[in-house]
Amino acid sequence: MNMPQSTAEVVAGHIGRPQARVEDAALLRGLGRYADDVATPPGTLHAAIVRSPHAHARVISVDASAALTMPGVHGVLTGEDVRRWANPFPVGVRAPMEHWCLAVDKVRYVGEPVCVVIADDRYLAEDALDAVKVEYEPLPAIVDPEAATAEDAPVLHEAVGSNVVNERHFRYGEPEEAFAKAARRVAIKVHYPRNSCTPIECYVVLGQYQPATGTYEVLSNFQGPYALHSVMSRALNVPGNRLRLRTPPDSGGSFGIKQGVFPYIVLMGLAARKVGAPVKWVEDRLEHLQASSSATNRVCEIEAAVEADGRVLALKYDQIDDCGGYLRAPEPATFYRMHGNLTGAYAIRNLLVRNRVVLTNKVPSGLNRGFGGGQVYFALERLMHQVAVELDLDPLEVIRRNLVPTGAFPYRAAAGALLDSGDYPAAIELAVRDGGLDELLRRREQARAEGRLYGIGYTAAVEPSISNMGYITTAMTPEERRKAGPKNGAVSTATVSVGPLGDVSVHVSSTPQGQGHQTVVAQIVAEVLGVALDGISVNVELDTGKDAWSIASGNYSSRFAGAVAGSVYNAAMRIRERMAGIAAAMWEVPAEDVRFAGGKVFVEGGPSQPFHRIAGATHWSPGLLPEGELGGLRETAFWSPPQLTAPSDEDCINSSLCYGFIFDICAVEIDRVTGEVHIDRYVTCHDAGRILNPMLVDGQIRGGFTQALGVALMEEFAYANDGSFLSGTFADYLVPTAPEAVEPVILHMETPSPFTPLGAKGVGEGNNMSTPVCIANAVADALGRSDIRLPLTPSRVRTMIGIDEPPAPEGMVLDAPRVAGGSSLQAEDSVEIPASPQQVYDALLDPETLKAIIPGCHALELESENHYRADVTVGVGMIRARFAARVGLTDLDPPRSLKLSGSGNSPMGSATGSARVRFVELDNGHTRLEYVYDAAVSGKVAAVGGRMLQSASKVIIGQIFTRLAQRLTGAPVRSGLWQRLLGLFGKGGAQ
Amino acid sequence: MKPAAFDYVRVASKHEALELLAEHGEQARIIAGGQSLMAVLNMRLAQPRVLVDINHAGDLHDLKVERGHLTVGAAVRQVELMDRASLADEVPLLARALPWIGHFQTRNRGTVCGSVAHADPSAEIPLCLVTLGGRVVLESLKGKRREVPAAEFFQGVLTTARRPDELVSAVHFPLADPAVRYRFREVAMRHGDFALVALAACIRDDAVELGIGGVSDRPVLRRLPRGAELPEALNAYAWSLGAQDDVHASAAYRRHLVRELGRQLIEEQDHARAS
Repeated sequence: MNMPQSTAEVVAGHIGRPQARVEDAALLRGLGRYADDVATPPGTLHAAIVRSPHAHARVISVDASAALTMPGVHGVLTGEDVRRWANPFPVGVRAPMEHWCLAVDKVRYVGEPVCVVIADDRYLAEDALDAVKVEYEPLPAIVDPEAATAEDAPVLHEAVGSNVVNERHFRYGEPEEAFAKAARRVAIKVHYPRNSCTPIECYVVLGQYQPATGTYEVLSNFQGPYALHSVMSRALNVPGNRLRLRTPPDSGGSFGIKQGVFPYIVLMGLAARKVGAPVKWVEDRLEHLQASSSATNRVCEIEAAVEADGRVLALKYDQIDDCGGYLRAPEPATFYRMHGNLTGAYAIRNLLVRNRVVLTNKVPSGLNRGFGGGQVYFALERLMHQVAVELDLDPLEVIRRNLVPTGAFPYRAAAGALLDSGDYPAAIELAVRDGGLDELLRRREQARAEGRLYGIGYTAAVEPSISNMGYITTAMTPEERRKAGPKNGAVSTATVSVGPLGDVSVHVSSTPQGQGHQTVVAQIVAEVLGVALDGISVNVELDTGKDAWSIASGNYSSRFAGAVAGSVYNAAMRIRERMAGIAAAMWEVPAEDVRFAGGKVFVEGGPSQPFHRIAGATHWSPGLLPEGELGGLRETAFWSPPQLTAPSDEDCINSSLCYGFIFDICAVEIDRVTGEVHIDRYVTCHDAGRILNPMLVDGQIRGGFTQALGVALMEEFAYANDGSFLSGTFADYLVPTAPEAVEPVILHMETPSPFTPLGAKGVGEGNNMSTPVCIANAVADALGRSDIRLPLTPSRVRTMIGIDEPPAPEGMVLDAPRVAGGSSLQAEDSVEIPASPQQVYDALLDPETLKAIIPGCHALELESENHYRADVTVGVGMIRARFAARVGLTDLDPPRSLKLSGSGNSPMGSATGSARVRFVELDNGHTRLEYVYDAAVSGKVAAVGGRMLQSASKVIIGQIFTRLAQRLTGAPVRSGLWQRLLGLFGKGGAQ
Repeated sequence: MKPAAFDYVRVASKHEALELLAEHGEQARIIAGGQSLMAVLNMRLAQPRVLVDINHAGDLHDLKVERGHLTVGAAVRQVELMDRASLADEVPLLARALPWIGHFQTRNRGTVCGSVAHADPSAEIPLCLVTLGGRVVLESLKGKRREVPAAEFFQGVLTTARRPDELVSAVHFPLADPAVRYRFREVAMRHGDFALVALAACIRDDAVELGIGGVSDRPVLRRLPRGAELPEALNAYAWSLGAQDDVHASAAYRRHLVRELGRQLIEEQDHARAS
């Protein structure tokens, strides 16, 4: 490894300047080249994916024969093909789980791919989706991660025998002793929700298969890490050099989420093989929200052993990570990315940890900006706040008393993180002073005096960057690690070349997703080589078949500024050294005297030549070069920091190379009536080492902060108790928009990292880690509550304030309350029918009547006594779905009661329901038909229609019984429902 | 998320639209702004055979005051109402409610009648129409032109009194009554979102007409007393709406907003008059 020369030697210029992004001129004029813009080869076909409407079900059969006869359809890839050609994805823990790119035996989350239909275009492919008949046997779903650990919980992977697929215990220092002798113990239990940073551009994959060489060639907006290239190669059952992966020039955002495209890269490679043609798939928003990836939800019980002055002697974490239906690489990394720095910004020497990885019927989790950090700090910083509350101390004082002290760096934290640099107390003083804390404290005092709800929260956090590729092996025991061989390091690479005309080109394998890597790379190279910035060409496309890359390549763990920019610097310095050597030989001066600036190579007060002349000599006249100089001018630098060692036998792991510091102050006021949280001021102070481009850094902070605002206040992927996914559109999964954005007060300190070539650290994820809990602490302070759950929606906050609700007026008939958060729909109603109970009962058992009263019933076919197959179109307004249904009458007790059940599948999802029906004879001989129903829907209709399902199901089920009444009497009947149903007969809905 | 195939017909007049509705009935859908319909089509939640584009039907662009009401034709966009300087005098409730509807991008395309015809239980325009006692004009080729009171038009979630061959050709908003003060308030998760609760009030000296959207399966209107009896009446109103829990808000929270914001809307009015 060629260690860089001191950065001070390079004349200050471009690095550290607020350089406007070189990428923007194209992007803002619509000239970006995103994955979907890349030209497709002639004959490219398009894929649509059949996805599971069930959270948990056995796949009984898949029949694609009808789809294959549809116009434009070229083929259907099924689980059988996948079994024949592919392997399950390798998994990061030792447990017998199989995760294939298509469901082969069971489906384990709503939206799991089951088949791929390949057609001339996406429209025709979607037409054919409905024609693929998949028979499922629904199984009980498990959604709650704590419940999933129970012995009697439904098990997702029978071969594992438990939903807990990995459990590890860690002990650092003398935690038991510290807890025994501490003055106090403070504990808190927190839940971190599922959410995602939701890039504008969804997944795009263009798969090709070259049968002659057995090579898969795939273009995709995959963001890395390229360790997953190995995972994909193994799944495709080919050597690494038979999976050629390419990325497009531009990206519509990722924030970690595009790590999760990798199963689809395998899937579309196989789809292309199936039809013998290139296959393109563009994920749509519904697919993306329900089935791409998500942050890991966590349940954490955390406890501190504390002295009376608030000093924390020991910490105890008991954590459950819910990784969804499959443990998908790189999980369980959500735990282990942060493992070395579990003690945060604090000098806490004693630590106990229990980590359990649990699978539930949700989409598999994965990278998401702030990966693992939001989860850790939500527990740790809520705990620090609670320590202050319980000890009646100022929360800021509690933070200050526990900080890693000034001058202690590099500081080895209890679990192994080597905190590289910083001055935490100074950063806090900066934030307190320049953030105007005194004024906020005065506002709080005044607000409270006026009876308003005002609170202030603080968060101190270290922001790790440049992940150690070995951290994930902390999930294994030391013995398992010894068997598997050590993993460590974080290789980054960059290539700088100079062409025959002196033109400078750079290639990096950082696969940027909109951050502005090209700008910073150009700044560095312009500075090192003394050439004009705008003449430098920076290529960020990655082609694993041609470019320099390694497993750590890619865009994650905020590794660009520290690792990739450092490699660019190293590669540029090598070019410079070679050119200096050439010039020195030519001019017979020492190489150290050769300078690069203003597009010239020169000696101060001596000879000078244009940059292109010296560079061009390596191409045009290699024979004249000094000895040892072989000509051509291209340097590829690889760099891996020695500080990133493998986990020790004591499970100490330096999980990242750099650790920035963040201190945030948040002041909120809560509307007493609506429960809305208004951010009065948000101060965020960062020390990310040396800043390479302040404009980009502030942009990163604003973006991360705004996403974190969403996490704190509105974002959550909601699942019903049956595993139905309820957040399938941006009307249900809410992200902050311009009116919700808040401008934070951004402050900086610069303590360069001693471990990176340029002294820079990552900065892009910090607020995703610090801000959700800082807002939560402010709300906790405002409300005087400790049980803070995210997101802090107005309804949730107002409920915490307490809704002192007057009772309903006497005699008012109320709808049965619906199970909160569920897609299970329950209600009861009744209808009066001028006929005897026996007549009504008999009518219901008559198939002709049944056919007539089931709304939208096209056909009813007897299967066995009182059991039918039905073809039914139901809906409200213009929304209609055609169900292949089963209808049954059971629990017959003539003429008193029966149970009417139905279940069905449609392209819009599946539905099941049953109604208990009682026939009560009235004094006038008429019958009051009373029914209580319980229905559940899943799939698309639950994902996009949650807001209206209750009302819609009520209308549809009500129709059955009012139609029965109508049929028996031939006239409208009176019922509680009647007004509501008026107009449904023969009348349409919306225009 | 690609729609199923459909025929697209651009009509030049109301009559042509009615002919197509008469021919295709349920299988035809009117498109004007497409702000609800396009999403529904793309998700294949509806698969009509024919889309009838009325944007170029010259006789569906009426926006005028006549016989005590403001007539808004089927093709009139929400932004046209917002840009109408006299709206605050003509239909002040609507002027107050329009900024709450979606975003300027959706208002640039979305039509007033489209929102009425779609009958989303949270939508602001149906709520205003019901609260003001407005009417919906329904026309068909064979049937008689009908004017249906808004309270009868909205029958449930996405469900209206429109027959398959009928066109919502216009809506009528009654003009402002000088004796009435109009107020609108809404709580949503974000600006422009579907209302968790929306309140529209016509406040008179002796009573209030309070319309509530976003809670029941359609906009609901009640006449409430002023003064000491108001809190109890609001509570009864809140309970009567059949509020349900969903992922964004609890039923109790929605009832709370009906009570508290209902009271605020009306009492603010008192303060305004006192000053």
